[in-house]
Amino acid sequence: MAVALILLLVAIGSVLFHIYSPWWWTPIATNWEYIDHTINITFWITGFVFVAVIAFMAYCVLRFHHKEGRRADYNPENKRLEWWLSVGTGIGVAAMLAPGLVVWHQFVTVPADATEIEVMGQQWQWSFRLPGKDGRLGTSDVRNISTDNPMGLNRDDPHAQDDVVIENGDLHLQLGKPVKVLLRSVDVLHDFYVPEFRAKMDMVPGMVTYFWIKPIRTGTFDVLCAELCGAAHYQMRAKVIIDEEREYHAWLEQQKTFAELSPGNAVVKATYQSGGK
Amino acid sequence: MVDVPYDGITGIPPAEVPEVELYHPKSWWTRYVFSQDAKVIAIQYSLTASAIGLVALVLSWLMRLQLGFPGTFSFIDANQYLQFITMHGMIMVIYLLTALFLGGFGNYLIPLMVGARDMVFPYVNMLSYWIYLLAVLVLASTFFVPGGPTGAGWTLYPPQAILSGTPGQDWGIILMMSSLILFIIGFTMGGLNYVVTVLQARTRGMTLMRLPLTVWGIFTATVMALLAFPALFVASVMLLLDRLLGTSFFMPSLVEMGTLSKYGGGSPLLFQHLFWFFGHPEVYIVALPAFGIVSDLISTHARKNIFGYRMMVWAIVAIGALSFIVWAHHMYVSGMFPQFGYFFATTTLIIAIPTAIKVYNWVLTLWRGDIHLRVPMLFALGFIITFVNGGLTGLFLGNVVVDVPLSDTMFVVAHFHMVMGVAPIMVVLGAIYHWYPKVTGRMLNDVLGKFHFWVTFLGAYLIFFPMHYLGLLGVPRRYFELGDTSFIPPSAHSLNAFISVVALTVGFSQMVFLFNLAWSLFKGEASGGNPWQATTLEWQTPETPPGHGNWGKELPVVYRWAYDYSVPGAAEDFIPQNQPPRATQLVQGAAS
Repeated sequence: MAVALILLLVAIGSVLFHIYSPWWWTPIATNWEYIDHTINITFWITGFVFVAVIAFMAYCVLRFHHKEGRRADYNPENKRLEWWLSVGTGIGVAAMLAPGLVVWHQFVTVPADATEIEVMGQQWQWSFRLPGKDGRLGTSDVRNISTDNPMGLNRDDPHAQDDVVIENGDLHLQLGKPVKVLLRSVDVLHDFYVPEFRAKMDMVPGMVTYFWIKPIRTGTFDVLCAELCGAAHYQMRAKVIIDEEREYHAWLEQQKTFAELSPGNAVVKATYQSGGK
Repeated sequence: MVDVPYDGITGIPPAEVPEVELYHPKSWWTRYVFSQDAKVIAIQYSLTASAIGLVALVLSWLMRLQLGFPGTFSFIDANQYLQFITMHGMIMVIYLLTALFLGGFGNYLIPLMVGARDMVFPYVNMLSYWIYLLAVLVLASTFFVPGGPTGAGWTLYPPQAILSGTPGQDWGIILMMSSLILFIIGFTMGGLNYVVTVLQARTRGMTLMRLPLTVWGIFTATVMALLAFPALFVASVMLLLDRLLGTSFFMPSLVEMGTLSKYGGGSPLLFQHLFWFFGHPEVYIVALPAFGIVSDLISTHARKNIFGYRMMVWAIVAIGALSFIVWAHHMYVSGMFPQFGYFFATTTLIIAIPTAIKVYNWVLTLWRGDIHLRVPMLFALGFIITFVNGGLTGLFLGNVVVDVPLSDTMFVVAHFHMVMGVAPIMVVLGAIYHWYPKVTGRMLNDVLGKFHFWVTFLGAYLIFFPMHYLGLLGVPRRYFELGDTSFIPPSAHSLNAFISVVALTVGFSQMVFLFNLAWSLFKGEASGGNPWQATTLEWQTPETPPGHGNWGKELPVVYRWAYDYSVPGAAEDFIPQNQPPRATQLVQGAAS
């Protein structure tokens, strides 16, 4: 029976495609392999249900398609069967939900030793900020934004002065060091998206959102914007580089602090370096 | 005849109120244009929705041309691409599917299936259509205004929806909001009609638990829509005020194109909550009528009662109720309070249980049936496959932490197209093949119908099944071009090109369907009143197509549920709902 066969082929073809297609998730670069495991559990359970339902349906079409003289059963309901199917479904759902919620708990529980860094989105570029020697990020406000203070840092906040500000550059992270990525936008929604990180979160003007990761392998990764942010959404790119400790510090040395980038302070600093001559 | 709980003989009470005289048209204009007959209004709704739906289809071709062959078509730029996706999404979800299921199928089938002469408020019903038409015209006009339609994405998230970095910021967004407001006003008029008609205008003997599942699906969806659309209504009004009067409901202090804007103090997340408080029920506003209709298609063409009718009714009601407490699963990565994730993931996955029950009961209806593989049944089978596929991928996206990597990727696009695009459209098409004979008195061509089914079903599956894997890879949605991105291999671009070719093929194959609709209207085989030998009341009308007032002199009286197929001992394999029980049964019924 051609129809039954085609229905079955759809199910088998889908499974084969899943196994043999070259398109699969990117090699992970953070601690969130738990998320990948949860996806795998979900694939097993849903894959089983998918094949079972379609195979059953194909069998019915094959076995019970109309022939001269066939008459259907009269069978309004079967409480027992319906009950067992509901319970079975409930167990399957729980088997996916339980690990999902456990991993979500990890996802929203930031470890105490995570360093806070900041990513700021604006149409259509990324800026990054790392805490300076004091280990704290200074406060910021969208109303402080000007051409020489594009991230809107608070000039009166001593913690802001030593913050490392990266405009139009790439972000570097140190291998093995957990970071809490604080996310901020100055105009519209954006979303800091690095596929290899698995974690992502929208950036919302007027609030600070976050996620946390622990980088587990070195490499250079594309940063994309994952929340529609206007005409050049698709061009809002940057790179994030995960370094070994030594390379990371070598890179960090070359970065400028907020104080160094501020024009007024720059004069003071130049005077200081030249010995006041 | 075996003793069946649904078929118990109950005394049918006399009508409580006398019949109200119908409005009778006096001229061609009031008969066919400003008609108050639900059947004419249904056809007006369906034609208008299909017309604007064709616009959405063409937009999808343009999107696929760009995605499959980036840089090839110079007439599509990044702004237009965003306008295409926005208008495609909005038209398909609201102006096509919602209008077609409720305004089209609802208007045609509710009065006929419950045994009423018309909707209870025919004049308001007529207004409903004309306001809907106005909403569609306002929406379509955005293609011709300066700046074009809005390109904010169908979700219209502020702040970007009303800021200058987004195409269509000057006229497009204002007209979009106005059109939505009109649509909701029009829908509310129709929706109140459907609800009151189902509750108050059922014929004698038509108890709620004898209603066909089609009516249950449309009825529940309408109640949901009446509760959900107001959230979109207020969100639209507030966004319009933010855009026109400079209020800041959704707008915090922000920088617009390098300068500090006048806005301050509002919350972009508030809009998202309002939008999805409407938006999630909206998924089921489209799905529940499809669930109901497909149940009746399967039962009729498998010549077997729907399995577990009562469970099916409760599943529809449970899904409808639960769908109001899951909306924030669209917002797991929105930056909302993270602890919400536990609650919304749990409620979302619980919906899988009543939904799965429906799927089991559909396939169990096939078990030991007498399956006629006619075109409506083929579409029903296609629906089950695509719906199961799309429903199962929903378990990925509903499970909060799994959603984190997959949200905003092509996985989401594939998922929602499968579950609320392809699956309901399978039902729409199956339902058209099923009820076209009642509406026109003629059959649609079977060969063309089968060709149409196979190309549409297999094509749609080939489009959207592989697309999930692009999303798994990490390909983001709403991207004009993927550009030079290290994690996207060349093979992914080839897959995109493949998808585009299939999409164009499936799109063009719909022309075969349109041809069939037009050709069969004049040349189709005469169908008679009940070509599928179905039990429900709409097939028992004295005339086909049903005349004004549907039932001639006497309203039908209902003696049984809608699914008396292949009843043991009965001469035929179906017993219409209005067929009285035999005298012997009456005696048994009185004795028990």
